[in-house]
Amino acid sequence: MSAIIPLSAQLINLCASVILLLAFAMLAQRRVMQLINLFALQGLVLCLSTLIVAVTTGQHHLYYSAGLTLALKAILLPWILHRLVRKLYVKWDVESLVNVPTTMLVGVVLVMIAFNVAQPISLLSQTVSRGTLGIALAVVMLAFVMMITRTKAIPQVVGFLAMENGLFLAATSATYGMPMVVELGIALDVLVGVIILGVFFFQIRDQFDSLDISHMEKLKDG
Amino acid sequence: MAELDIFVAMLAIPLVSGALLTVIGERKWAPNLNVIASGCTFFAAALLTADIITNGPRFAMGEQFFIDSMNVFFVTLTAFVGMTTSIFSGPYMKNEHEHGRLTVARLRLYKSMFQLFMFTMLVALTTNNMGILWVAMEAATLTTVLLVSLYRTPASLEAAWKYFILCGVGIAQALFGTILLYFAAERVLGETGNALLWTHLVEVRGELDPSIMVLSFIFLLVGYGTKVGLAPLHNWLPDAHAEGPTPVSAVLSGLLLNVALYAVLRSKVLADGAIGGDFAGNLMMGFGLLTLLMAAFFLGRQKDIKRMFAYSSIEHMGLITFAFGMGGAVANFAGLLHMTMHSLTKSAIFFAVGHATQKSGTQLMADIRGLVRINPVIGWGLMLGTLAILGMPPFGVFASEFMILTHAMKYHPWATPILLLALGVAFAQIFGKVQPMVFGETHAKRLPHAPAITPVFLHLAIVLMLGLWIPPYLTRWFQEAARMLG
Repeated sequence: MSAIIPLSAQLINLCASVILLLAFAMLAQRRVMQLINLFALQGLVLCLSTLIVAVTTGQHHLYYSAGLTLALKAILLPWILHRLVRKLYVKWDVESLVNVPTTMLVGVVLVMIAFNVAQPISLLSQTVSRGTLGIALAVVMLAFVMMITRTKAIPQVVGFLAMENGLFLAATSATYGMPMVVELGIALDVLVGVIILGVFFFQIRDQFDSLDISHMEKLKDG
Repeated sequence: MAELDIFVAMLAIPLVSGALLTVIGERKWAPNLNVIASGCTFFAAALLTADIITNGPRFAMGEQFFIDSMNVFFVTLTAFVGMTTSIFSGPYMKNEHEHGRLTVARLRLYKSMFQLFMFTMLVALTTNNMGILWVAMEAATLTTVLLVSLYRTPASLEAAWKYFILCGVGIAQALFGTILLYFAAERVLGETGNALLWTHLVEVRGELDPSIMVLSFIFLLVGYGTKVGLAPLHNWLPDAHAEGPTPVSAVLSGLLLNVALYAVLRSKVLADGAIGGDFAGNLMMGFGLLTLLMAAFFLGRQKDIKRMFAYSSIEHMGLITFAFGMGGAVANFAGLLHMTMHSLTKSAIFFAVGHATQKSGTQLMADIRGLVRINPVIGWGLMLGTLAILGMPPFGVFASEFMILTHAMKYHPWATPILLLALGVAFAQIFGKVQPMVFGETHAKRLPHAPAITPVFLHLAIVLMLGLWIPPYLTRWFQEAARMLG
């Protein structure tokens, strides 16, 4: 690494690190409401980092991406999730997470793996934000761990959305964002997905009287 | 311009009729509208195919859509199975309604989602943009999640949740693969909107950075492979097939798996050009064999008839993935043929199974007995379908399996015992379970609505015909597609 890193790159790296920290915080968060707030915060930082990339590089479509991220991930989706939680009366839903320290350790190992995988590709990249590709992959992996370890429906969905955040970070850090039509399509899918899941939550609650996925272990082979 | 209109019509019909079916709700003629719309889609697809055969590959809507000999073949197949499924689902869904398993609102949801599902499948097949391909695949998952949970039973909700989460995770990996692909392409094609267009990518595939493409292909294969039902991420498939309504099982098995595999094939062409050698092929052969073996041994443990045939779909997808992994004109030809055969046969089986389970009032194989006595047509339909899917001559599945096996013996002899073992185990398991269901004592009752038998035998007749004689233009078409796959 050269001694002089431009300020913009430093800011982008800072944002990426905050996103990674938030991913760890989400992994350890027991309360559903707090979890959604963390997710909203992650979306906000993601928007900020996209904005910084846009300003530094003058890529116009990144402004739209940043706007889309702000509208969808920092405002609309958290709002929908908040409403769902309130309507479903799961505010008190505190999960008993098993072994937070172990999960954290697994997370740290995954971050190291992610950095190693991303290293050769980051070197090929010309973008100011290339250093963040490893972080993006790590965020995806941490979200994946979150989906595996959670037993409640809403935290699993938040994990799914956090994974999408990581992918978006990868897209902006490695390539200055995907073509606009693809980004719009992805945003539409995510939005429709959350709405469908909202419908789905009510169905689950009506059938199981709970949003605990661990009740759903009837389907087995043999 | 006329051809363009056909293409636009083909995409517009399912989209518009899906919206229409949502708005008008469940009327007496809604099932007919569903059939008519699917029929028109198939008609448009057939016209489009005729056009491609005579005039060669073409673009539509600028360069956003691209139809060549490979995807037009999937388009026709998709539209055809979509049409026959809509015919089958008419009386089937009415019976479910009379049995009190479905409300009027859910019948409406089923029809509109079915049309939207067809729309997303057709977009995924014809798009030229690897990013839009991803978007359409994800949209296809979303349209089917609510269909899998249509019965709202605890088991169906569990299946739908599993389906959404597993496929969501899988498809997220495919998105990462797509991002990496774009990253590799951007370095060659520059930062234009064209860098994800397949026709542009395929021209410069030799210049794409190999180290990025290795990683990209792994993510794409695992991601789309989840939707194909490749082990070890196949768990969603048997649940979704068993718990959803039977027409949904038929289109999931017959169409969705094919389209996901199509996405893998498109990625493989790019990866082969960039990486060189057999990297992508070997990876696919490995996953294919693992899937085939796993499915063959899980088949015997199933008690639910739809679960068993879902595992059979996984088995065949493993075999097809293996065939494409071997590569070369012959193996690709066999793979494409087997995809066609599997689609037609498996959807025919699900149609027969749907009526059989309705008659018996259960999906448990131990309780389904003597189908030939209550309804000989359904009984024989199931029996013939089973024989066809197990690869008995003279059905078409035999021809494609025979080609795959002989090709494997010649070029990859080590794989032959594994293939034979898996196919043998599958044969013994499935035949041993279907035989007592078809023949044997029974006391089941008649159904209020006569079942639609035509789709079952129409499919089986085509499979039989293709086993005996493949029309020359179809052969040419397969060969051209196989050559494109490299």
